Amino acid sequence: MLRFSTWKFFAIVAMTIAAVLVVAPSMLSPSHYEELKSRLPSWLTPPTIVLGLDLQGGSHVTLEVDQADLISTQVKNLRDDVRRILREEKVAISGGIGTTTRGVQVRVADPADREKVLPKLRQLRNSFSGALLGGPSPLDVEASPDGLIRVTVTDAGITDKSRKAVEQSIEVIRRRVDALGTREPSIQRQGDDRVLVQVPGLQDPETLKEILGKTAKLEFRLVADPGQNPSEVEELDQVEQEGKLGVEKQVMVKGEDLTDAQPGFDQQRSGEPVVNFRFNIRGAQAFGEVTSKNVGRLFAIILDNKIISAPRILTPITGGSGQISGRFTVEQANNLAILLRAGALPAKLNIVEERTVGPGLGQDSIDAGKRAAYVGAGLVVVYMLVTYGIFGVFANLALFVHIAFIFAGLVLLGSTLTLPGIAGIVLTIGMAVDSNVLIYERIREENHAGRSILASLDAGFTRAFATIVDSNVTMFVAAAILYFLGSGPVRGFAVSLALGILTTIVTAVTMTRMMIAVWYHYARPTKLPI
Amino acid sequence: MKLLRLAPENTKFPFMRFRRVSYPFSALLSLIAVALFVFKGMNFGIDFAGGTVIELRAKSGAAEVGTLRTLGEGLQLGEIEVQAFGNPADATLRFGLQPGGDVAQQAAVERVRGAVGGYYDLRRVEVVGPRVSNELVQSGTLGVVLSIIAVLTYLWFRFEWQFAIGAVIATMHDLLLTVGFFSITQLEFNTTSIAAILTIVGYSLNETVVVLDRIRENMRKYKKLPTAQMVDMSINAVLPRTIMTATTVMLALFALVAFGGQVIRSFSVAMIWGIFVATYSSIFICSPMLIYLGLRNEDADKAAQKHETERKADASVAAREDITDEPVSAPPKSTPAPARKTSGKRAKTRPA
Repeated sequence: MLRFSTWKFFAIVAMTIAAVLVVAPSMLSPSHYEELKSRLPSWLTPPTIVLGLDLQGGSHVTLEVDQADLISTQVKNLRDDVRRILREEKVAISGGIGTTTRGVQVRVADPADREKVLPKLRQLRNSFSGALLGGPSPLDVEASPDGLIRVTVTDAGITDKSRKAVEQSIEVIRRRVDALGTREPSIQRQGDDRVLVQVPGLQDPETLKEILGKTAKLEFRLVADPGQNPSEVEELDQVEQEGKLGVEKQVMVKGEDLTDAQPGFDQQRSGEPVVNFRFNIRGAQAFGEVTSKNVGRLFAIILDNKIISAPRILTPITGGSGQISGRFTVEQANNLAILLRAGALPAKLNIVEERTVGPGLGQDSIDAGKRAAYVGAGLVVVYMLVTYGIFGVFANLALFVHIAFIFAGLVLLGSTLTLPGIAGIVLTIGMAVDSNVLIYERIREENHAGRSILASLDAGFTRAFATIVDSNVTMFVAAAILYFLGSGPVRGFAVSLALGILTTIVTAVTMTRMMIAVWYHYARPTKLPI
Repeated sequence: MKLLRLAPENTKFPFMRFRRVSYPFSALLSLIAVALFVFKGMNFGIDFAGGTVIELRAKSGAAEVGTLRTLGEGLQLGEIEVQAFGNPADATLRFGLQPGGDVAQQAAVERVRGAVGGYYDLRRVEVVGPRVSNELVQSGTLGVVLSIIAVLTYLWFRFEWQFAIGAVIATMHDLLLTVGFFSITQLEFNTTSIAAILTIVGYSLNETVVVLDRIRENMRKYKKLPTAQMVDMSINAVLPRTIMTATTVMLALFALVAFGGQVIRSFSVAMIWGIFVATYSSIFICSPMLIYLGLRNEDADKAAQKHETERKADASVAAREDITDEPVSAPPKSTPAPARKTSGKRAKTRPA
């Protein structure tokens, strides 16, 4: 009991000092922290505790690829492909190209024609999804004897497309969020069809949702002439006015041909907010060509299938730049410019989960958590003191180091401290002393049974140890499962709880033992003080 | 300094005698809990039911719950719940899933913002769509089930099978009563509540293991003592510790309830109940179960003895407490006290 190897002693002292050093920067006020940072070399930037969104305020938004929209886009593309093949092969069909929920169907009466088209249709698989080599086919092509050919997108095809859509979306979303100028946004994929966006410390969470929720698919199309073939015309809603407007299905130029978009004010007319844009070479050429041929007609600027405005082509526009006006507010013009610069999302994304905490509430939660922690720790410390006297002092010292270890662990793991995480720490304060209680009660018991003080101390520590390990393993299992299944704040709770359990073993067992050994050496008590 | 002792010393409560009362009592409570869960149901928060919670703070003056309710009802959002809490300027609005999928949820938030945004700051907005809430239900259930399996496995390796079963039945009991508690108090049940439940499971096992550890130790020490008496003796021995630990954890939890703020209050309240139930079940449910499952002192003893001779060289803590060298005479059946003397004698002969 009394023998305590020197290296163990120094290891514990060193660990405690290290823990305090690691935690110290997090406890500084922001201005002091900056001062410290500026005095240290750049490779030694002290890490601090990362606060969760519930504590520092911010937005947590989960977006999901809209499956219905994704499928209908794929079906539309498929129909265009099938039409092209039929045209190239000069195959006659009876009736039009029909669409089903997951694909298209055509009736080709002539068996010879069928033989001609089927291989071509089957080849669509390769162009549909290049990356899916060897995997399950993204397309099903079936022909029934009566001449009906069905081309359907399979589940594998949909999953593949939505996975790709998520990948591309992450890039687009990153550009959009970066344009807001917030610090350290986190944008991650989640599963096959979701993107998790976490932006801390946002003053205006509305803007974030505004720019996340829009697909931002920009198109320039000609407004249809009254006499045009109805199959080439589509009726779209207008933003500025009531009612629909017929526009050509064919797209003149798409948003992806924009190189830049900036908010500005209309110089010539009202001075209202507008968005100025520039085309790339391909866009500029196409736009110049169409506008030259169609002077006098209207063209529509379409965003997400809604007509923003439909100005008249007065002269051919060949300069490769233009202006979008649509009675915007300054903010709307700003947001539209951000969206156009960042590019369109490859599919429509819906917000399936949103958790936004304002900065004021976050600070309130930090204060509440701190207060609870101080009061909780205070009560436990006093209780240990009045129950165990000098041994209570040892337990309390160990408790202090235990808390320092937990925070140091959080800093080193880069784990996020959430409000439930603070609850976890307060809870482990209550539980940490459990190990001390186990040991102390055992010591008392052995002493009452007639053992000498030293023998009781020794037996108390060794016998209680197995129990401490067993009981903490079960708690640790619960924490580990919470970590793997929980999300966000609950995960924070699991981490604090698990760290608390691990550090108990060191602090409550080894440290207390060391302190009691030293105390015994100097005090030489004749009676057990508990 | 006179030290405080909450737990009486050297108690000899015949806990096992209460099993004829505690079992029917606990069975009845568990049945009531199940009935409550089925007929009254839980107050599922938006994490599991889907829907929206908005926390508001009045830009000036106090929040007017009545006005908010009228405003909310005017928005046609289905059933809307308006609650004041803590600070008089604060209130929460809660409404369920809107028909029309994820897009409709966001539209509903916009309508609320439009209606109250002039007078209130929206301090917290949480929207959980139907698919996400279903997934949260699944992962929550999975978590609870997995943790029980994991712990059962651990205990099975570490103790005799009767111990593992006893511990799991005690844990299930605590789980049921906690669910019943959520149902009867209508505390909001959300992902933090799952955290509370798993922590209660952890704590319950912690309690149980401490008692079981002592039973196992005494089983080897007092070979001929009737099982019930030996179990009673073990529980009495760890009783001071049980009371002490429950008190410290309760102190920490009361601090959380009083000062921790709105978000974690339901967590803390549930935990307080859980600690109480876990302490009860480790004594009155788990330990008697060992007797019902036919844990026989002598049989177990023989096995232990065999085990010990096989692994004499083993330096595990249990083996250090190897008592095969002690006289195999059992202490008088009525009291465990002489046993203490025996260990005292031993201490003298053993160099410290």
